[in-house]
Amino acid sequence: MSALMQVLPYLIAAYVFLTGCYGLATSRNLIHAVGCLSVCQVSTYILLLAVGYRSGGTAPVFSDIKPGTRPLVDPVVQALTLTDIVVGATVTALLLALVLQIVKRHGTLDPDELRELRG
Amino acid sequence: MSDALILVALLLVAATATAAVAQRDPARQALVLSVLGVFLAVLFTVLQAPDVGLSQLAVGAALTPLLIMLSVRKIRRRRRDRDGAR
Amino acid sequence: MSRRLRLWLLAVGGAGLAAVLAAACLELPGFGGRSHPYGTRAVRASLARHTANTIASVNFDQRAYDTLGEMSILFAAVLGCVVLLRQARDEHRERPRPAQVARPVRRYALLVVPAALVCGLYIVAHGQLSPGGGFQGGVVAATALHLLYLGADYRALERVRPLGAFEATDALSVCAYLVLGLAGVLAGTAFLANTLLPYGTFNTLSSGGFVPLLNAAVGMEVASAVVVLLANFLDQAVEIVEEEAG
Repeated sequence: MSALMQVLPYLIAAYVFLTGCYGLATSRNLIHAVGCLSVCQVSTYILLLAVGYRSGGTAPVFSDIKPGTRPLVDPVVQALTLTDIVVGATVTALLLALVLQIVKRHGTLDPDELRELRG
Repeated sequence: MSDALILVALLLVAATATAAVAQRDPARQALVLSVLGVFLAVLFTVLQAPDVGLSQLAVGAALTPLLIMLSVRKIRRRRRDRDGAR
Repeated sequence: MSRRLRLWLLAVGGAGLAAVLAAACLELPGFGGRSHPYGTRAVRASLARHTANTIASVNFDQRAYDTLGEMSILFAAVLGCVVLLRQARDEHRERPRPAQVARPVRRYALLVVPAALVCGLYIVAHGQLSPGGGFQGGVVAATALHLLYLGADYRALERVRPLGAFEATDALSVCAYLVLGLAGVLAGTAFLANTLLPYGTFNTLSSGGFVPLLNAAVGMEVASAVVVLLANFLDQAVEIVEEEAG
């Protein structure tokens, strides 16, 4: 149990990333592809937070604990993840806006049909 | 105890991520993504990252699915208008 | 490239990537390990500057320059969306018909809107003390406003959401962040260095020097960015119609 637990979170992050990539490559709908990309993004959050975790640690917020009394998890990776979640959402919005433009100009959501249109 | 909680949350996240990729209909995928957002928020909280959990809850469970739903609605309405005109 | 060939290529590439990733995972320091050198130093620096929430200290003090980059990405993405989703020449607006809303939905939504808004603002304001901050609180406050769309209808939402003002606020808050950074340069220290203001009493609202100010700027920017984004998508989904000219 414990030996598996040492690597399992990293393996899950890798699995989620590969699943997202599979969805991206086989998608027949651009909106579905954007959703798969956000699944890929999620894997980076899992990996980062798994790297920063410490067994028995507590959140690095001192509004209700005394500094130095408890072991803490790593705040740096949490700060990285936090900003990326919000910025990632706006980038997803930008991609969706591009998809809407493609539908307006070419009238299709299927990436394969788009390639045929271009010739 | 906390290891078991983390394990359960990780497996839930992996299962929902698979479901989100396997669901090919974008409107339904948006719903699965929102469930994924909630499970991720739980996982982050169990990993002692309440800040990140809060942000994931607001963005992953509400904002991203909402944007996807609005795009789907726009495209459906456009198709309906086109078909109605013909 | 045929579909079959592409699937084969994907399978080979995916298997290779999976093998490399698995090998990398086995070499990483074990999950839940005790050695976090950066974390320990970040906590020490945060305590030295009287910021109770270490994550806020990392975001708005120790790595404030990095957050400036994230803000610019956010701003650029919103700008791109506004440009892509603007009303084109061959499109026109159609007023959406007022919709019937079920009584309980209406009552619940109108009850929750103020509570959710206050909650969002609280999360922004207490960013340097408790879990939360500009990024999360901004999203909460902005999405709370859109409960009005559920509870009443689109026109009610448009009335409480002057879009021009939100676009201006978005730009102004990015400028505010820059100006706060430049204040350090003018005072003779470095860009975005947290040395100008007193650090205050630990665990009170005004502690942390520049952290609450930068936090508020980010909160305003994120909130108005999300409002502008959702407004553009809602316009496309509800109001803007293409003309049948072809």
